[in-house]
Amino acid sequence: MAEAPASGPASTVATGKSFWFSGKGAVAGIPYLWLFVFFLVPFAIVFRISLSEPVIAQPPYSPLFGADGSYQGSFFNYQLLFDDALFRGAYLNSLWVAGISTLVTLLIGYPMAYVIARARPLVRNLLLMAVMLPFWSSFLLRVYALKTIMADTGLVNGLLLNLGLIDAPIRMLQTDFALYVGISYTYLPFMILPLYATLERLDWSLVEAAEDLGCRPWKAFLLVTLPLSVPGMIAGAMLVFIPATGEFVIPNMLGASDTLMIGRMLWDTFFSERDWTLASSLAVVLLLLLVLPIMVFQIAESRREERA
Amino acid sequence: MSRRGGKIALLGLVSAGFAFLYLPLVVLVVFSFNGSKLVSVWGGWSTKWYLELFSNEQILNAAWLSLKIAMINATGATLLGTMAGLVLARFGRFGGRALFTGLIAAPLVMPDVIIGISLLLTFVSMEQLIGWPHGRGIDTILIAHITFSTAYVAIVVQSRASGLDRSIEEAALDLGARPITAFLLITLPMLAPALASGWLLAFTLSLDDLVIASFVSGPGSSTLPMVIFSKVRLGVTPEINALATLLIGAVALAAGAATWIQIRRSSRA
Repeated sequence: MAEAPASGPASTVATGKSFWFSGKGAVAGIPYLWLFVFFLVPFAIVFRISLSEPVIAQPPYSPLFGADGSYQGSFFNYQLLFDDALFRGAYLNSLWVAGISTLVTLLIGYPMAYVIARARPLVRNLLLMAVMLPFWSSFLLRVYALKTIMADTGLVNGLLLNLGLIDAPIRMLQTDFALYVGISYTYLPFMILPLYATLERLDWSLVEAAEDLGCRPWKAFLLVTLPLSVPGMIAGAMLVFIPATGEFVIPNMLGASDTLMIGRMLWDTFFSERDWTLASSLAVVLLLLLVLPIMVFQIAESRREERA
Repeated sequence: MSRRGGKIALLGLVSAGFAFLYLPLVVLVVFSFNGSKLVSVWGGWSTKWYLELFSNEQILNAAWLSLKIAMINATGATLLGTMAGLVLARFGRFGGRALFTGLIAAPLVMPDVIIGISLLLTFVSMEQLIGWPHGRGIDTILIAHITFSTAYVAIVVQSRASGLDRSIEEAALDLGARPITAFLLITLPMLAPALASGWLLAFTLSLDDLVIASFVSGPGSSTLPMVIFSKVRLGVTPEINALATLLIGAVALAAGAATWIQIRRSSRA
């Protein structure tokens, strides 16, 4: 973001301590404090509980410090995670499923974002609304609809059977295929919108110049449009990849009962096994895995802000 | 490939994409009028699932609770998010800005299970330390929802605020308006469309949240998604199709009205 020059009383740049004791400081302070207490501090608490050992009592974890003030935290849970191949498999599979789904949303979303960005303003608004509309209606119900479409006795199998293309229903539910369809479907708007925002601001005269200079349309696209839309692709990929890695509902409803996804494992550890400490360490490791892409996202965002 | 061929292929791809987005909605609507209890078997047109839905008290209570939470959440998140959005768009550099920006961006991507478990453990720890919040219920769901909705509102407000022409505000200030007057009379009305869409976004996000609410709710505070989830887990229940159709209808009406207003305004301008 461009630094505001001191052109009026409202745009004086406050620096140092004086900022937090001005009226502006109060405006910034309220949301800051809220997000600090209810978003940042909770991670510290999860980390602290992940170092405790489970006990059967309320709350079901041992205190971090003994009665004499001595530290008694342990890496018990992390040792458990590290030793068990099941957990390692769940992390790897979550990253894999999220990666494939991100790729699918990019392949489906790019042409859509491109056409929307190049449409006339009226058509563009209508198409944008059409992308947003499913997002406003319940996500849970849309995943449920996918379930009825892909079921053994569902729409797709019924159609294929009636057309005589297959003799027996194809099993789609409770497979990885259903999982990819579900995640790509749910997160598609999160890929299209940032891509559209980037493409809409793109300087199309550069593409025209390339074509005037003899570039064929597809080559102009590959050499000019595609590289210029990389920030949108990164933003979209992060908005899909990171939440998809921890997804719980879609694997639960569409995937196989033994689908290894970390979000699901965390949920079961917490609610079924009631092991709060192990669930916390599952969350901490997932968080650490996702910090890298989040940092990439942040850097890309601040670069974009600086340019704007 | 010729230019024409490329265009046709592109339009084909885009149509397929939109079909992918809309097929599940169409299925929900059509099957909500299916007289048969089996999803795959068509039993003629019927509205019996709507009657069934309106006599299901569990669903109605959950829907009412979800609506209340969504409205309070949207209002709270719009207040906090507007402040945060203005801070990002207007306040320039200040000590702690980097962390502030991170706190706004992170909830947008953070997986729900992480937000859910960390907030629940926080509420449990707070209860031990200061005795509040007592147990889990509407208030804990509200705190959780406001926390993640605020980030979305902030982004919407920020993008509108940084696109605004500041010269009008500066003129008001030069003519002697106090900053608070200039804000209320000039900035706020110009931000109004962003506030409206931010409020709606927060409302929808809250109405849609299953995972976070499941972690932070207590007995007796089941939201609509929690009831739907437990029902569809047991199998297909046609009255859920009726509920979905009502939701889709309401959203389509609201969206249609918004588009109509927008088109009228832009044709006048």
